[in-house]
Amino acid sequence: MARYFVAHTLEEALDVRTQGAAEIVAGGSDYFPAKSHNKPQGDILDVTRIAGFSDINETNEGWRIGAAVSFSALITAPFPPAFDGLKQAARQIGSVQIQNVATLVGNICNASPAADSVPVLLSMGAEIEIMSRNGPRQMPLGDFITGVRKTALMPGEIVTAVLIPKMPESVQSAFEKLGSRAYLVISIAMVAVLVEVAEGRISMLRVAVGACSPIAVRLVELEGELIGKPIADLDRFSVTAAHLAALSPMDDLRGSANYRLEAVAEITLRALRRAAHA
Amino acid sequence: MPDASSAKISFIMNAQAVQIAPAHGARLSEVLREDLGAREVKIGCNAGDCGACTVLVDGAPVCACLMPAMQADGRTVETITGLKATELAVDIAARFADHGAAQCGICTPAMLTSAVALLRVHPHPSEDQVKDALGGILCRCTGYRKIIDAVMGRAAVLDGPKDTVGAAIRHVDAAPKLDGSLRFGDDVAPVGCLEMAVVRAPFAHARFSLGDIAGFVAQHAGIKAVITADDIEGENRFGVIPDFADQPVFAVDKTRFRGEAVAAIIGTPRAVSELLKDDFPVTWQELPSVQNVPEAMGFGAPQLHLSRKNNVMCGGNVTCGDPDGTLEKADVTVTGRFETGFVEHAYIEPEAGFAQVVNGRIEIHACTQAPVMDQEALATILGRPMAGIRIVPTAVGGGFGAKLDLSVQPFLALGAIKTGQPVRLCYSRVESMQSTTKRHPADMRLTIGANRDGTLQGFVFDGDFNTGAYASWGPTVANRVPVHASGPYRIADYRATSRAVHTHNPPSGAFRGFGVPQAAIAQESLFDELAEKLGMDALDFRILNALDDNVQTVCGQVFEQGIGIKACLQALRDVWKYEQNAVQKVNNAGGGQMRRGVGLAAGWYGCGNTSLPNPSTIKAGITRAGDIVLHQGAMDIGQGANTVISQIFAKALGVPVAAITRVGPDTDVTPDAGKTSASRQTFVSGNAAKLCGEALRAKVLRKLNVGDQTVLEFGTGGIAVDGDFRLKLESLPTDGDGYVFTAIESYDPPTKPLDENGQGVPYAQFGYCAQLAVVEVDSTLGTTKVVRIVAAHDVGQAINPLLVEGQIHGGVAQGLGMALMEEYIPGRSENLHDYLIPTIGDVPPIECIIIEDKDAHGPYGAKGLGEHVLVPTAPAILNAIKRACGVRMTSVPVTPSKLLHAINALKGES
Repeated sequence: MARYFVAHTLEEALDVRTQGAAEIVAGGSDYFPAKSHNKPQGDILDVTRIAGFSDINETNEGWRIGAAVSFSALITAPFPPAFDGLKQAARQIGSVQIQNVATLVGNICNASPAADSVPVLLSMGAEIEIMSRNGPRQMPLGDFITGVRKTALMPGEIVTAVLIPKMPESVQSAFEKLGSRAYLVISIAMVAVLVEVAEGRISMLRVAVGACSPIAVRLVELEGELIGKPIADLDRFSVTAAHLAALSPMDDLRGSANYRLEAVAEITLRALRRAAHA
Repeated sequence: MPDASSAKISFIMNAQAVQIAPAHGARLSEVLREDLGAREVKIGCNAGDCGACTVLVDGAPVCACLMPAMQADGRTVETITGLKATELAVDIAARFADHGAAQCGICTPAMLTSAVALLRVHPHPSEDQVKDALGGILCRCTGYRKIIDAVMGRAAVLDGPKDTVGAAIRHVDAAPKLDGSLRFGDDVAPVGCLEMAVVRAPFAHARFSLGDIAGFVAQHAGIKAVITADDIEGENRFGVIPDFADQPVFAVDKTRFRGEAVAAIIGTPRAVSELLKDDFPVTWQELPSVQNVPEAMGFGAPQLHLSRKNNVMCGGNVTCGDPDGTLEKADVTVTGRFETGFVEHAYIEPEAGFAQVVNGRIEIHACTQAPVMDQEALATILGRPMAGIRIVPTAVGGGFGAKLDLSVQPFLALGAIKTGQPVRLCYSRVESMQSTTKRHPADMRLTIGANRDGTLQGFVFDGDFNTGAYASWGPTVANRVPVHASGPYRIADYRATSRAVHTHNPPSGAFRGFGVPQAAIAQESLFDELAEKLGMDALDFRILNALDDNVQTVCGQVFEQGIGIKACLQALRDVWKYEQNAVQKVNNAGGGQMRRGVGLAAGWYGCGNTSLPNPSTIKAGITRAGDIVLHQGAMDIGQGANTVISQIFAKALGVPVAAITRVGPDTDVTPDAGKTSASRQTFVSGNAAKLCGEALRAKVLRKLNVGDQTVLEFGTGGIAVDGDFRLKLESLPTDGDGYVFTAIESYDPPTKPLDENGQGVPYAQFGYCAQLAVVEVDSTLGTTKVVRIVAAHDVGQAINPLLVEGQIHGGVAQGLGMALMEEYIPGRSENLHDYLIPTIGDVPPIECIIIEDKDAHGPYGAKGLGEHVLVPTAPAILNAIKRACGVRMTSVPVTPSKLLHAINALKGES
């Protein structure tokens, strides 16, 4: 007989994770669609009532976003401008109904190549905080997602939060999503940009692209080329194939691989300009 | 820590404390619907893709299908049933009614619930706020614009107190749609009754054998029975066109499309829900399949039906004059090839219902567009007389053609017979998409000629239509397309041929327009090319060639009146001029990346069956209490037949609509008003309602011995004449139905058969339309946003202008989807997140221009409208895209990927 565990403390949740293979459920927006034919059969661990899991905290190191924080909560949180891209992504995930329940950590753990929050968090240098009976560990998001629908989460572990390092108020951000309709749409491609401009020049830049590779990636070449340049250069800059060499898009229902590359070049440029002029 | 599985949860449900122990892993939606009876929570997809199950949890809208029921513990859950009495909800519901913002009503509880949540926070929301709040709820009927108007509190224009023909009045059946009490296919089964799971083919083409079924039943607690082809006592064969009936209820030995049924498992709800995919004893062997027409007609292709050589089911032909000779002599010709894909109806209500045996008769309660056709088909399948079958249609949560065919009905009937108990079945979204009919993919080649002065000179069309595995309405599409492919124009020399070809795909059937929207894409696109080649204005070119009274159609039919196409086109002249200038200004100012364009297209559509009888019968009676009872069997699937038929009947009888009580639809109670299809209900059933009202009035007048102009009032036990009480009814004799006066009248449109060249009288009337679209193309991303639609429609006489607008809006939204985003690919887009239909953010403002060129055959001059509305939309959008960025798109949907590819190809050329 399958069991449904409602954990109220991290201790309880770790007990369940240690004992067996209970599936973790938070918002349910990825969990149930994956089971549209059959009823859930296995044990379920509900993490939405764990103390502290729904908190967003500013710490000395930066921001800590609990594992049960929904996208709606992110949208209304008092974040600095560096989080604007994250808020823009949150507003474009599914619909209000989805945003009200779906969690940032769930979006990460589901590890879909089309997860809208992942490129944003990559650009922000997010770390994943993990807890198990052996104690806490922490790893960069880029290491946590290991493949399509695969993460580094081990049996007995639970993700407790996303950690975003402190960034100055001068850091600006933007997110561009490309989809085939206005709402409820899985991205064809998306780009997140985090930029700092000092004295008219780009002093820091991170650009990440999603839905164009098994795991969202940073465009390190592009970043390197633009850092140090005046932002006015963005007006005549163009994104080239070489900048996008890290991408390996697929042909699917939403668009061809070639289309994705062309479109990403354009939305990257738009996100760069929008972030720089934010 | 404690396992909460067996624990009870408590929450506040619509202001009442409830306690419940949900089944393991139960969704909140299941608990609300099945355990708490909250059937106002609708299930459209079980995946968060449609939003129909939206409820408020602690005031916030969520999809109940995505929330574990356990998460409701200690919280507050609100549905429309709880909200409806609040001042805010009463106000919004009234606004929905005033704007006709609820058509079929299946998305309405969610729309209202979300609107309440929005208006609690933002009492005067902007349009963008409304869109953001409702963006997660799909509506397939309304085109969303009326919903936006209602939520924003924009003024509605209703007529009153006169409420009959010509009056904009609320849908007469609006109230239960707005308070959540309307019951759809999956809302009517007795609580806890047996349920059913259909076993379906996993391959496009396969051989299969069933294993030890008795053993399977014995091994699964709660499983009561399995039904297969062996359980069919009549014929294991159905089809909407008797001569072509070819579809088995359960396949035998071989399946011909992915999703075809081979068996159905019946058991308790729990046992059925716990079945695993591979539990059922069946072994499959995949066979080579054909996916499209060239494959199907290729050498050595597997043959789907042995009697249909080369997989060609049938064809159509309309020929007049000398098309080839005339084309040769034409000053200018254009040639094109256009392709469309499968389009899914995507109504938000999946097929559902329940059946039971009552006093030896089979009773089927399910959503349908054609109750009497269901009854006839089941009589054949079950081997029982029609009188032994009763069809009680539920509310229909959208149909658009696919609910004309049988779906759940035979499974339910066989299941109820086999078990002797009520049996319930609701298709999952995937099952619905896999197994029900689609719009035919078309591959159309045509050449059109004209003289320098712009007069059309010769037109040749040939189209292949992928009709899928079984006939369904394929023959109708093959016949309708050649009749309509000319568009509403005078063309003396014309040939249009069509073929319907089988492939290993779901049956292609009826979908709003029966192939005409596909043909219009080809013809109206090429008309723009022709006008451009001639250096003529696209509107002038169409007006010059437009059909007119006393001019032969391509079928040789001559209408002396009622051809309103010129009026429709002329109605667009000002906006056409305005938008051409406006677009140019925007493009000049914009710097190149965002390109606007404006496009036009026209259309026509014959109302009723093509050259075949399709009578409707309407009955009415006056009770001793003075109640007027209308037996209305024309299925209202959201389009408004209940309202329109009532308005026509009321006018004929000489009473207000408010005085009428409707009964039905129910095959025991309502005479056959035919199917809701072919844009025939306003025209055909409307005529029957008019005749019935007139006949009833004549009987009353005769009894009272008063003149034609007399004003009658019915009620409180009698009839008043010109304001004076004249006749007591309570002592008068009544018939078997309890009526003192009764009338039953039929109408069948006058048509004549088509000869071998398609010459004859296919329809007694056509409706006409012209639309203008303004689009904005992002030329670096290939995305297209439609920013404005103006739609001029000749409806003869608008029985209810509010409902006319509702039909136009909904059709335009479907045309927009077909143009830009919709394509069903078996195995790949079998859900509502891979198969995209327009959301509230995708449909632009739509202005309606209603033209009333009265038709001699229509009731009070009215013409049909339902299908006409989407005929010009897609080609108008394609023509606008051409003007925006220079690219002639010849295949739909125009996805960003396809459009950017074409834009780049054009750049490469120049």
